Amino acid sequence: MDRAEKAVDYLNADYGVRSWLLTRDHKRIAILYLLSITVMFMLGSVFAVLIRLELLTPAGDVVQADTYNKLFTMHGIVMIFFFLVPSIPAVLGNFLLPLMIGARDLAFPRLNLLSWYVYMVGAAFTLWAVITGGVDTGWTFYTPYSTTASHTNVLATAVGIFITGFSSILTGVNFIVTIHTMRAPGMTWFRLPLFVWAHYATSLIMILGTPVIAITILMLGLERAFGIGIFDPALGGDPILFQHLFWFYSHPAVYIMILPSMGVVSEIITCFARRRIFGYSFIAASSLAIAVFGFLVWGHHMFTSTQSVYAAMVFSVLSFAVAVPSAVKVFNWTATLYRGSITFEAPMLFALGFIGLFTIGGLTGLFLAALGLDVHVHDTYFVVAHFHYIMVGGALMGYLGAIHFWWPKMTGRMYPEAPARISAALVFVGFNLTFFPQFILGYLGMPRRYHAYPEEFQVLNVMSTTGASILGVGYLVPLCYLIWSLWRGRVAEANPWGAAGLEWRTNSPPPTENFAATPIVEEEAYAYPLKEPEVV
Amino acid sequence: MSSRTSTVAHQFDDAEQQRNASTLGIWVFLVTEIMMFGGLFTAYVLYRSSYPEAFAAASHHLNATLGAANTIVLLSSSLSMALAVRASQVGSRWGTVAGLVVTIVLGCIFLGVKGYEYASKFEENLVPGPFFDLPGAEPQSELFFSLYFAMTGLHAVHMVIGVGVLATLVVMALRRRFDADYHNPVEIGGLYWHFVDIVWIYLFPLLYLLGRH
Amino acid sequence: MAKFSLFPESASTIAGQVDGLFFFMIAVSTFFGLLVAGLVVFLSIRYRRRSDAVATDPPLLNSLRLEVAWTIIPFLISMVMFYWGASVYVTMARPPDDAEEIFVVGKQWMWKLQHIEGRREINELHVPVGQPIKLTMTSEDVIHSFYVPAFRIKADVVPGRYNTLWFEATKVGTYHLFCAEYCGTEHSKMIGSVYVMEPSDFQEWLSGGSGSAARSAAPVEVGRTLFAEKGCVTCHKAEGSMMGPSLVGIFGSERELAAGTRVVVDEDYLRESVLNPQAKIVAGYQPVMPTFAGQLDEEELLALVQYIKSLEPVDARDESAEAHAGQGEGNG
Repeated sequence: MDRAEKAVDYLNADYGVRSWLLTRDHKRIAILYLLSITVMFMLGSVFAVLIRLELLTPAGDVVQADTYNKLFTMHGIVMIFFFLVPSIPAVLGNFLLPLMIGARDLAFPRLNLLSWYVYMVGAAFTLWAVITGGVDTGWTFYTPYSTTASHTNVLATAVGIFITGFSSILTGVNFIVTIHTMRAPGMTWFRLPLFVWAHYATSLIMILGTPVIAITILMLGLERAFGIGIFDPALGGDPILFQHLFWFYSHPAVYIMILPSMGVVSEIITCFARRRIFGYSFIAASSLAIAVFGFLVWGHHMFTSTQSVYAAMVFSVLSFAVAVPSAVKVFNWTATLYRGSITFEAPMLFALGFIGLFTIGGLTGLFLAALGLDVHVHDTYFVVAHFHYIMVGGALMGYLGAIHFWWPKMTGRMYPEAPARISAALVFVGFNLTFFPQFILGYLGMPRRYHAYPEEFQVLNVMSTTGASILGVGYLVPLCYLIWSLWRGRVAEANPWGAAGLEWRTNSPPPTENFAATPIVEEEAYAYPLKEPEVV
Repeated sequence: MSSRTSTVAHQFDDAEQQRNASTLGIWVFLVTEIMMFGGLFTAYVLYRSSYPEAFAAASHHLNATLGAANTIVLLSSSLSMALAVRASQVGSRWGTVAGLVVTIVLGCIFLGVKGYEYASKFEENLVPGPFFDLPGAEPQSELFFSLYFAMTGLHAVHMVIGVGVLATLVVMALRRRFDADYHNPVEIGGLYWHFVDIVWIYLFPLLYLLGRH
Repeated sequence: MAKFSLFPESASTIAGQVDGLFFFMIAVSTFFGLLVAGLVVFLSIRYRRRSDAVATDPPLLNSLRLEVAWTIIPFLISMVMFYWGASVYVTMARPPDDAEEIFVVGKQWMWKLQHIEGRREINELHVPVGQPIKLTMTSEDVIHSFYVPAFRIKADVVPGRYNTLWFEATKVGTYHLFCAEYCGTEHSKMIGSVYVMEPSDFQEWLSGGSGSAARSAAPVEVGRTLFAEKGCVTCHKAEGSMMGPSLVGIFGSERELAAGTRVVVDEDYLRESVLNPQAKIVAGYQPVMPTFAGQLDEEELLALVQYIKSLEPVDARDESAEAHAGQGEGNG
C-alpha cells in the first residue's frame, strides 16, 4: 500500500493521550496491556538477574537473606500475576479474538477498558509494596508464615493481587460472551481458529478459578490485619486449608498461562507448514479437557503436607490423566508437519522451540505426579526447573512467537528477520542451559528458595547463571529490533505470511471497526492452500 | 424506531445480539460470584464439621429474630424487584420506578438491621481480634464469628453495590431510557439482586439456625 | 558430602525404590522426548518448502486410529507410573512396627530432636544403621519440612498437628538434613546433618554425650511427671473415675464419642484432647476438663502424649515383659 494514500487505521484514527486512556477499541486496549506487561516483565527480570547472581556462589554474599527472600517472592508475584496471566490473553487475545471471529469489538468494550484500569490499580498496589520494603512470603503466601511471622508488606501485596484478579475475571467474562454471541455469519464453533478455542478454555478457568483466589487472599488479608484466625492453628484454624484454596486456583492458573500459548502454536504451525491442522477437533477438545481436569488436580502440590494416602492417590491419578490431552496436542502438531511445505521464519522457530521445551516440561510433570518420586523432589529445584519449562519454555516462547507472528498486523510494520531468528536460537539455547541443570540439582536434593547452599551444588548453579545471561540477551534483542521496526521496519501488507484466518483479510493495522463489512465465513479453519489473496 | 437503534452499541449487529450478550454476561458473572462465595462456604462447612459444638454454641449469640426479619425483608425486596422487571417489560415507566424504589428501601432496611446487629456484636465483644471475649467458650467460637463477619460482610458489600445499581436504574428510568423494547438493564439488575438474595437464603440457616435447640 | 556429583547418594531402604522409579520414568521420558524431537526435525527437513508451488497432496486431516492410539498408549503408560509411584508412597507412609521413635520439633530456624531415651540434639540426628526410625514431628511456629535427600524422604512439619516420617538407613555416613518448606529469613540455614552409625558406635554415642545439657530425662518420664504435676492424674485415674475416663490402654483403640461418632485414639487425638478438651468428648462423660493450651510447650506435649501411649493394662505389661525375658533366655 502506498504511504501517500495511507488508510485510516486504529492507530491513526485519533491522537493524543486522552484518545488512548479513554479508548474502548479492543486493539488499543491490547496495546495498553502490551506496554504495561512489558514493564512488569522487565521488573520481574531484574529480580531474576539478582537471584541468579546471588546463586553464583554457595555463600549468601551478594544480598542479605531477607533481600533474597524478597527477590524470589517478587519475581514470582510480578511474573505470574502481572505478566504471564495477562500476557497472551490480555494482549493478543484482546487484539485478535474479535478479528478472528469477524466481530467489530468485544461484547463489552467499556468492561474491557475497566479491566485494564483494574490491572493498573492492582499493579500500583504491588509496586507500592515493593517500594516500601517488599514482601518475603514466596508467591504462594503459605500460612501461618504470611499471616503471623512475616514482617514485610504482605497486606499491600495481597490487596494488589486481589484487585488484579478482577481484571482477569472481567477479561474472562468478556471473552466467553464474545465467543458465544459475536461470531460472524458462517463462523460456526468448529470453524473457529484453535487460538479462539484455547482462549475459551482459558476464560473458563479465569471465571471459575480467579474468584476463589480472590476470596482466599481476602481471608488472608483479614487474618493478617485483624487476627481473625481462619488459618491460625492456635484458634483451631487450619493452615492446610489455605493451601487447598490457594492451589484450587493456582494450579489451573498454570493452564491460564499455557493454554493460550498452545493456541498460538496451532496458528503458527499451520501457517508455516501450509497445512490444515491435523485432528482439529481433538486439539479443541483437549483444551477443554485440560480446563476441566485442571480443576481436579490441585492436591498434587501437597503430597508431603499430611494429606491422607487415599486423597493423594486420587490427585495423583487425575494428574496423570491431565497429562494425556497435552500429549495429544503435541502429537497432533507434529503430524501437521507431515507433507507440509515448511518454512522457518522466526515465529515458526519459536513455535518449534515451544514444542521441544513444552515436551520436556510436560514429561517432567509426570515425575511430580508420581507419588513416591514427588516426595523426594517436591520443593526442590526439580520443581523449579519443571515449572519454568512450562511457564517460560512454554508460555513465554508462545508469547514471543505470537508477538512476532502478529506484529505486522498490530503495528503495520515488519521486523527484521535475521536478528529475530538469532533471538529465537538464543532463547532456546539459553533457556536450556539455565534450567536443565536445575533438574539435576533438584534430584541431588537442593531445596528451592535457598539463599545459601552447600558447596557441592555450585557447578550446576554456575551453569544455570551462565545460561540465564544468554537468555537475557535473547530477550533484549527483540526489544531492540521490535522498537526499531516501528519507525524503520518495512511497511507490512495485509497478509505478509500468506496465512489463513479472518484477521489477515483486513488491513495491517486494521481500521477501528476491524472490517469494512462484516465478513462471511464459508470455509473451515486453516483452509490451506489459500485460494487467492483477498482483502475485505 | 430511532430511539431503539440508538440503544444498540456499535459492536453489535442488532438489539437481539446485544440482549443475548448482556444476558449471558450477567449469568457468567454470577457464576464467578458463586465461586467467590463458594470459597467462604467451603471454609465454613469444613470448620463446622470439625467443631460442631463450638460452632453451635457460638451461633446462639446471633439474634435469630433479627435474622428472620431480615430474611422477610429481603424476600419482599425480591418480589418488588420482580414487579419492577415486569413493569419495565410492559413499558410502564412509573411501575418500574416504583418497584425499584421499594426494592431500594427494603435493601436499606436490611442493611440498617445488619448494621445494628454488627454494632451489638461490638458491644458484646464478639468481634474477632484482640478484644474478642466470650467467657466459657472454646477458642473455635472465635472462628465462627470470623466466618460470620466475613460471609455476611461480603454479602453486605454486594447489597451496597446492588442498591447503587438500582439507584442508577431509577435515574435511567426517569430519563425515559427504557421502553417495552429496551429494558435489558432492568432485567440484568434484577438477576443480580435475586442472586444476592439467594446467597442470604443460604447464609441465614447456616449461620443463625443450624444447631439451634 | 561435599563433592560434586550428578546423582545423590542412596542411603536408605526406600532410596533404591525411588531411584528405580526415577530411572524407569527417565527411560520413558527420554524415549518420548527423542521421538517427538526426532519427528519434528525429520519432518521439518523432509517437508521443507522447495519452491513456491503449493503442496497438492490430498490433505491428511485426521485419523481416528492415530488419535485413539496416542490417547490410549500415553494413558496406559501413565497408569503404570501411577501404580508404581503409589506403591512406593504407601511404603513410605507405613512405618514398620519395630521402628524406634524420635521426636522432632521445628522452629524458626532450627531442628530440635529428642531420642526416646531422652538424649536431645539440635540440627543433628544420630541414628544406627539398619534400624527403622519413626519421626513424630510438629512445629512451634510456621510450616517447615524435614528432608533428607540421601534417604529420599520428606514431610511437612505443620504447627498444630503431628506428621510422621520413617526411614531405615543402610549406609554409614553423614548426610544433609534440609528444611524444604520456606520458613523465613534463615530458611537456608535451617539445615543440619544426619549421622548414620554402626549400632555399637551409636550405643556408645547415646550413653556418652558431651556435657549434661544433652542428657535429659526420657520423654516418657517427663510425661509421667507432667501427668502428676498438672493434675491430670486426679481425674484420669488408672481405674477411671466419674470425672474422666481411664487412659490406660486407650492408645490405638476406637472410642465412642458423646456426639455418636467414633474416633481412633492416635497422637493427634490425644494432643487435641489436651489443648481443646471439649472438641471430642468420650460418651458417658461431661465436658468439664479445662484446656491446657498455653501451659505446655510442644516438647512437653510430645512427652505427655508419649506417657499416655505407654500406659498399658498391668497384666498386658507383665505378659510382654515375660515375653521379652523369654526371648532373652532363648538368645542367651
